[in-house]
Amino acid sequence: MKRITVIAGHYGSGKTEFAVNFALDLKKKIDAEGRHDKVALLDMDIANPYFRSRERQKMLTEAGVETIYNTFGFDITEDLPAITAAVRGPLENPDYQVVVDVGGNDSGARVLKQFAKYLTGDDVELLCVLNGNRMETDTVDGMIEHLESIELETGLKFDGIINNTHMLTETTAEMIVKGYRLCSEVSGKLGIPVVWNTCREDLLDDLKALMDMENVYPLKLYMRPSWLDK
Amino acid sequence: MQEKRLLKGNEAFAIAAINAGCRFYFGYPITPQNEVPEYMSRELKKVGGSFIQAESELASVNMAYGAASAGGRVLISSSSPGIALMQEGFSDLAVIQAPVVAINVMRSGPGIGGIQPGQADYFQVTRGGGNGDYHIIVYAPKSIQEACEMIYNAFDVADEYRNPVMICADGMLGQMMEPVCVPEPREAMKEEDIPAAKPWALTGHKNQRERNAINSVFLQQEVLEDFNMNVLAPKYEKAKKELPEAEIIDVEGAEVVFVSYGSTSRMAREAMEILKEEGIKVGLIRPKTLWPFPDFAFEQIGESTKHVIAVELSMGQMMQDVKLALNGRIPVSLINKVGGVLLDPEEIAERTKKIMEVR
Repeated sequence: MKRITVIAGHYGSGKTEFAVNFALDLKKKIDAEGRHDKVALLDMDIANPYFRSRERQKMLTEAGVETIYNTFGFDITEDLPAITAAVRGPLENPDYQVVVDVGGNDSGARVLKQFAKYLTGDDVELLCVLNGNRMETDTVDGMIEHLESIELETGLKFDGIINNTHMLTETTAEMIVKGYRLCSEVSGKLGIPVVWNTCREDLLDDLKALMDMENVYPLKLYMRPSWLDK
Repeated sequence: MQEKRLLKGNEAFAIAAINAGCRFYFGYPITPQNEVPEYMSRELKKVGGSFIQAESELASVNMAYGAASAGGRVLISSSSPGIALMQEGFSDLAVIQAPVVAINVMRSGPGIGGIQPGQADYFQVTRGGGNGDYHIIVYAPKSIQEACEMIYNAFDVADEYRNPVMICADGMLGQMMEPVCVPEPREAMKEEDIPAAKPWALTGHKNQRERNAINSVFLQQEVLEDFNMNVLAPKYEKAKKELPEAEIIDVEGAEVVFVSYGSTSRMAREAMEILKEEGIKVGLIRPKTLWPFPDFAFEQIGESTKHVIAVELSMGQMMQDVKLALNGRIPVSLINKVGGVLLDPEEIAERTKKIMEVR
């Protein structure tokens, strides 16, 4: 377990949903182990004004996860490409376990460049979220091209892949397996591991019946309002 | 329909337009619709189309004027303040009878407003921000799937009516993801086929026919009156007969009927279920066309209905059309949020119960 986990990827790949789940689970794990590390979620998404982790700040704060994004203290939504200097606190302070949620694509990940000095050490893990159901990442070549464009833009190297192949409420276990196969091939070609295969909690049994997959990460859907599926 | 894919709204809108045979796009960036020009800038050239990033919205609507006059299938897109800048152009497109499709991914206002979803463009798009007795045909999708189908068909409607057609989505629909089946790609019209399909278009007379002219100026008042009364007005009357569309759910026997369009109607839909569990019968009229407004749907509201409630993200702009459609028959109330704040199904249910207490 690294101290800093950076979540990047294509827009619409499900970075924020994973980051929110990951931060909450991390906090639970730390509490269960009786440790005292603090957990911070740094929302560095300045590419997209919608569906950002800060929208769940209340829930995250109540669960003990500090959420840091801008200096205004509320979800200001004008196109301000600004991140508060306060994000440096958790990046520098070894008492923190940090989850960094960045914006989509290479353009969204560009923001990482200014924090590069914090993101190259041994206690950092840079993960790329890939959704095999998205049109530009539904092939091995597409996934690699996408991943490498983010690396090129940020000058950072990914340490691992998160297979987050989904179709929202219409996700099936078969899709997760399809994504697993794509991501495994990408993993083989690039020499970085598939760290997680995400699976909505209610699909865990279906997935188990289909394949004995390693590193399955059960997901709750925190970001999607229920009325969107009416 | 193509295979089901997970698409972001704006991305899907652009794909639907290209699949409908659109080959010209002129745009200027504005949140929350930027993925439309982004996609077009990358993909339109691959199918032989032309993308231009204009220097402003005013320029892009006038580029559409030119391309449509020459018989092209044209898309423009923007968001509320950008659509406001285009209003003069829409009036011009109406007077030259240019078939242009516009996508408006609405945000909040007035002025620059905010970049979160809104529906306060209702007046601007149904009443016309531009001058003169013109109308734009306006569709309002509730989902990305429906938006794709509306965009796909809008090009045909625009051609048939020789009139601008707008798809009024909102920031939520533009930015969210949904599994979508986009309509199959159609062949774009070949340049040599344009003169037969659009005999009015500026395709070059080559000394083979009379010159065509696209005219937006009528110097004699009688000629301009004749154009308004005998060209535009009958076209709009035909549109009012043929185009209004609405989804009508559980209106028969309902105590309360919600009227709501776009993504907001999905919140109203969930509120209906909350209220149903409490024994309150609620119906829904969801206008799929904002102009012409689906007046016909309101004829289905019977004696059982004591309250009609406009549920919208504006200070009650659509509510005025609801009142006109009901013509004083039933009291009309408003449940709303503005400024980019969204309604919540629970809140809609609570406010409905408050309204029902009023006799």
